[in-house]
Amino acid sequence: MRRALAPAHAFAMETETSTGLNNRKTVFWAFLGSECMFFASLISTYLVYKGRSVSGPYPTEILDIPVTSISTFDLLTSSLSMVLCLAAIERGDIKKFQFWLSCVIVGGLIFLGFQVYEFSHFVHKGLTLSKNLFGSSFFVLTGFHGTHVAVGVLWLISLLVLSLRGNMTKADALDVEIAGLYWHFVDIVWIIIFTVVYLLE
Amino acid sequence: MPARRRSRSRLLPLAGLAGLAVLSACARNYPQTTLAPKSEFARTIDGVFMHTVWWGLAVFVIVEALLLYIMFRYRERPGSQAKPEHVHGHTRLEIAWTVAPAIILAFIAVPTIRAIFVTQDMTPLGGDLKVRVIGHQWWWQFQYPDLHVVTANELHLPVGARAVFDLETADVIHSFWIPELAGKRDVIPRHVNHIWFTPEVPGTYTGQCAELCGTSHARMGFRVIVDSPEDFRAWVENQRRPAVAYAAPTPTPAPAESEAAPAETAPAESASAAAPAAPAESPAPPPAAPETETPAGASARGDTLTWKGGVVGDPAAGAALFQRSACVACHTISGTAAKGQVGPDLTHVGSRQRIAAELLPNTPENVARWLHDPPALKPGALMPNLNLKPEQIADLVAYLESLK
Amino acid sequence: MTTITETLPAAHEPLYRGGVWSWITTVDHKRIGVLYGVTAFLFFLVGGLEALLMRIQLGSPENTFLDPVTYNELFTMHGTTMIFLAIMPLGAAAFNFMVPLQIGARDVAFPRLNAFSYWVFLFGALFLNASFLVKALGSANAVPDAGWFGYANLTSRQYSPGHGIDFWLFGLQILGIASLAAGFNFLVTILNLRAPGMSLMRMPVFTWMTMVVSTLIVLAFPVITVALFLLMFDRFFGTNFYIPAHGGDPILWQHLFWIFGHPEVYILILPAMGIVSEVIPTFSRKPLFGYAVVVYSGILIGVLGYGVWAHHMFSTGMGPIADAVFSVTTMLIAIPTGVKIFNWLATMWGGSIRFTTAMCFAIGFIAMFTMGGISGIMHSSPPADLQQTDTYFVVAHLHYVLFGGSILGLFAGFYYWWPKVTGRLLSERLGKLHFWTTMIAFNLTFFPQHFLGLNGMPRRIYTYSADLNFGFWNLVSTIGALMLGASVLIFMVNAILSLRRGAIAGDNPWDAATLEWSTSSPPPHYNFAVIPRVTSRLPLWDRHHPERMVDRPEDELKVVVAGKTLARTEVPDDDGESGTHHVPHMPNPSKYPVIAALGLTIAPIGVMLKPEHGIPVFLAVTLTGVLIMAYGIYSWALEPLEDH
Repeated sequence: MRRALAPAHAFAMETETSTGLNNRKTVFWAFLGSECMFFASLISTYLVYKGRSVSGPYPTEILDIPVTSISTFDLLTSSLSMVLCLAAIERGDIKKFQFWLSCVIVGGLIFLGFQVYEFSHFVHKGLTLSKNLFGSSFFVLTGFHGTHVAVGVLWLISLLVLSLRGNMTKADALDVEIAGLYWHFVDIVWIIIFTVVYLLE
Repeated sequence: MPARRRSRSRLLPLAGLAGLAVLSACARNYPQTTLAPKSEFARTIDGVFMHTVWWGLAVFVIVEALLLYIMFRYRERPGSQAKPEHVHGHTRLEIAWTVAPAIILAFIAVPTIRAIFVTQDMTPLGGDLKVRVIGHQWWWQFQYPDLHVVTANELHLPVGARAVFDLETADVIHSFWIPELAGKRDVIPRHVNHIWFTPEVPGTYTGQCAELCGTSHARMGFRVIVDSPEDFRAWVENQRRPAVAYAAPTPTPAPAESEAAPAETAPAESASAAAPAAPAESPAPPPAAPETETPAGASARGDTLTWKGGVVGDPAAGAALFQRSACVACHTISGTAAKGQVGPDLTHVGSRQRIAAELLPNTPENVARWLHDPPALKPGALMPNLNLKPEQIADLVAYLESLK
Repeated sequence: MTTITETLPAAHEPLYRGGVWSWITTVDHKRIGVLYGVTAFLFFLVGGLEALLMRIQLGSPENTFLDPVTYNELFTMHGTTMIFLAIMPLGAAAFNFMVPLQIGARDVAFPRLNAFSYWVFLFGALFLNASFLVKALGSANAVPDAGWFGYANLTSRQYSPGHGIDFWLFGLQILGIASLAAGFNFLVTILNLRAPGMSLMRMPVFTWMTMVVSTLIVLAFPVITVALFLLMFDRFFGTNFYIPAHGGDPILWQHLFWIFGHPEVYILILPAMGIVSEVIPTFSRKPLFGYAVVVYSGILIGVLGYGVWAHHMFSTGMGPIADAVFSVTTMLIAIPTGVKIFNWLATMWGGSIRFTTAMCFAIGFIAMFTMGGISGIMHSSPPADLQQTDTYFVVAHLHYVLFGGSILGLFAGFYYWWPKVTGRLLSERLGKLHFWTTMIAFNLTFFPQHFLGLNGMPRRIYTYSADLNFGFWNLVSTIGALMLGASVLIFMVNAILSLRRGAIAGDNPWDAATLEWSTSSPPPHYNFAVIPRVTSRLPLWDRHHPERMVDRPEDELKVVVAGKTLARTEVPDDDGESGTHHVPHMPNPSKYPVIAALGLTIAPIGVMLKPEHGIPVFLAVTLTGVLIMAYGIYSWALEPLEDH
């Protein structure tokens, strides 16, 4: 089965672009620019409403910085795995590629697990989506980020399945590179969210 | 020639814009115009606006005249084999027409910024008249905290004194606007906005909500009556008195001060919660006060109202009915047990010129039409159709119209 | 001299042949452009009809033709329809058809994503308008009625029960995805698919403006996406973002909305400016004066457009400092706009002006847009704006900019490019009639609204008291609007007659200079048998009128390709010989874009069912939509783009 994802299969003009940048890579950078505005709007909303809840629970009563620091560390580590994963496929080392890709996926799943735990814990303590402004802005901001992580995990799993079926070669490194761009972006956004939500007083 | 035909139609808007100045002179025809300012605030605004109009007119004339000239001068002649020279640009020209608009804009920006700071200078002055404005779907409440007066839809101001407004809303965003006296200022939930102006000419001015606020946004008018200082004092005196009392079961009038506690903005939820109870079905009480005859010919025009003119309403019966029925849940009549905060204060409703936020002149016929079916006149209004009987309406009209 | 048309293979499939299925699965940018154009024009008629109903209602004081609920629905749908379903997609139609041709490409960068954009747009438009159907079936509050900028907290469940606001918020959300997908696609197409030699500063100005608009879309739409998500959470999941009672601030909506909303205004006007920058040089027989300045002005307008949003909020009481800052940034935008107008005038200066219908509309654009710009300056001044905002003065202003600007510009583009799209000419007689009736009716409709606004008539009121004396000018405006409706009928007659028996246009009926005119009309599927090599901004003029070229710096490409003393637009064949070309490989049709678009549209229906039917129904329907979309996207990603 031929896959259209590889640039070489795309129609004639796509092989050479005016800027020398691959089309899919270019569009992905544009997409990340758009995503920046998306998260900037969400983070601004959170900041605007910081400290404006009219009733509790308030952030200081409920946020557990050590626990979330662990999941943050986990997500950052998965970025490192992503770098090694891309390096592996660029060398054509499919075994190593599959290993590091699995590490990224597991890292993403662990992060999501932490988030599920955190959300249910907060709900247990009385903080829900509709409880107060903090609840609304916290769950929506971190929820959208979590959704991005989940989409990323599905994307990486798709790559892993393709690779296990023997459909990934050195020529498909660009597919991995773009998925990696997405993964790193989601990580960087998390660092900002972690700072804004958990660390800023 | 197309070019020549174009020129005529192009002059049309030009003439129109020139006509703007003429129209501003005969703005008398428009009772709600922004072009006949009657306060120092409105005059400042008008000055900035006319300043931009003259600059705009100049730019307009230059650009459109140039366009017409070029169209005429460089039109293709029949049979011409013209091969215009390929000119690609001219740096000095580009600089010139970048700098020229910038200079014009500077001429507009300077008075603009001066006006911004002058009109928004909130430094308190001695003798300010404070007014708290609360927008509701779709009427206006006016409170005078220092004078202990609460009224609705008709704002009285003394000429020559600065009125300072605190603007709030009970539900959604509205915009407070009296075109002849001031620009708009939005009333926004959880914000207290401010605006101030000094009316300079006695008279009656109309205002209107200027921000879409729901179904009957178009029916959220009010009026401002700028009085001489004496008239204003007299009006305040009257407003501070409790309502005309009838020998109905009403408590003795309380001192005005105790009534003056500024009504809290009704939480929006309570507005919908305050659903009306069915009106008390009781026989008309025996007349206990001299009967006030409602004017003859009070038949409502063409609607289903069965209440006929000439029916004699009894204000005392109306007062009793008012106290017994759902009215009290929403309306306040000072000096009685009616202390509802959802609808307009009716203590002196009979003295107002219009009813239902500028909707209709305050006549017995119109009050009767309103009581018969408020949502028919103002779709979406919170006040429901209470299914009042014609004689009940007659009594209520007599009572409300007596509350001068 | 070799010309491109000479190297075309003799026979090719007619562009528009094929059944419904071939249209549903098409990935050809030209066919998608036609789909966009036809759909957007139909919605232009719908929006126009809504406007006419409102004008009839306002024709006399205390009129009872419409009740207030219906009136509020009509102005909300009119604004939303004209902006998102008419002007934006009409621009998209022009981008789709013309940009690849103008840059010498065979298609867009992502043909299937392009089809996806169209189908999402169509489904989003139908979704929004399905609200009328739901109302007709007897549901109250089913049609959006809070205005096209839907200010919170009027849009909260408490003040807007029913599904009207839901149709609006999900409709806009779906349409936003269509716009974003198109924005990404055109940005990359223009950056990456330019023919050899087509440097950025040789691109036609329309292509430049498309690139600016695409960038604006990419960076502005995420903001309204977030604003709408917050509204969705408020309405369906009990959050408090815009609920004052729980600390929420309705002003947040206004900021988010206008950070999107003002760039959106330039998304609507810049394509028209691009079209005018093509039409005026062609019919003046002169190159665009100050090309670089016009391009940079367009970019500057786009950039400054992000710094002016709060001028929509002067009456909210932001304080004197914010008022002053946003006032000055707003005034600054007038400078690049003025510069563009002067450059268009200078282009005409010294030219030989042919008053074709397209040129008349382009000149009409300059005349009317100038007026809209001047009234814009008037309310860039916050004190003056305090009187003008939310009145008919603003209604007049925005229609001078969006009708007098965008729509006249789009009509200019329509008359200009119609022969290229259909291969046939439109009647100039009917075109002129259309132009003059439009100009007169337009001014009759909207000029009096300036007076109405200044004399105190707020916008969005379903009626007004006779005491206010607004009746006369409103009647004039209503008569103008009815005439404007009639003028659109003239246009439609012209289009239908042209399709049936219009004169055959030929490749380049206007003697225009840009690449789209170098191929046949309509173009073959693959646009160019041979990708042209470009050595200047005016390739066709250089080829056809070499004697009129003025000296410009030598092109590096001339050194590379032209050994002989041929014109610098010499188009060498890739194979070195003409007449031996294969038909180029083009992308296959695909059904997956329409499937993914369908899934995307089904998902929000589930959310809308939540209040009445509970969480299981919500999850079932929404997940079905998501799964259909996922199926479409996966199949699309794994489907080969072309045969081998």
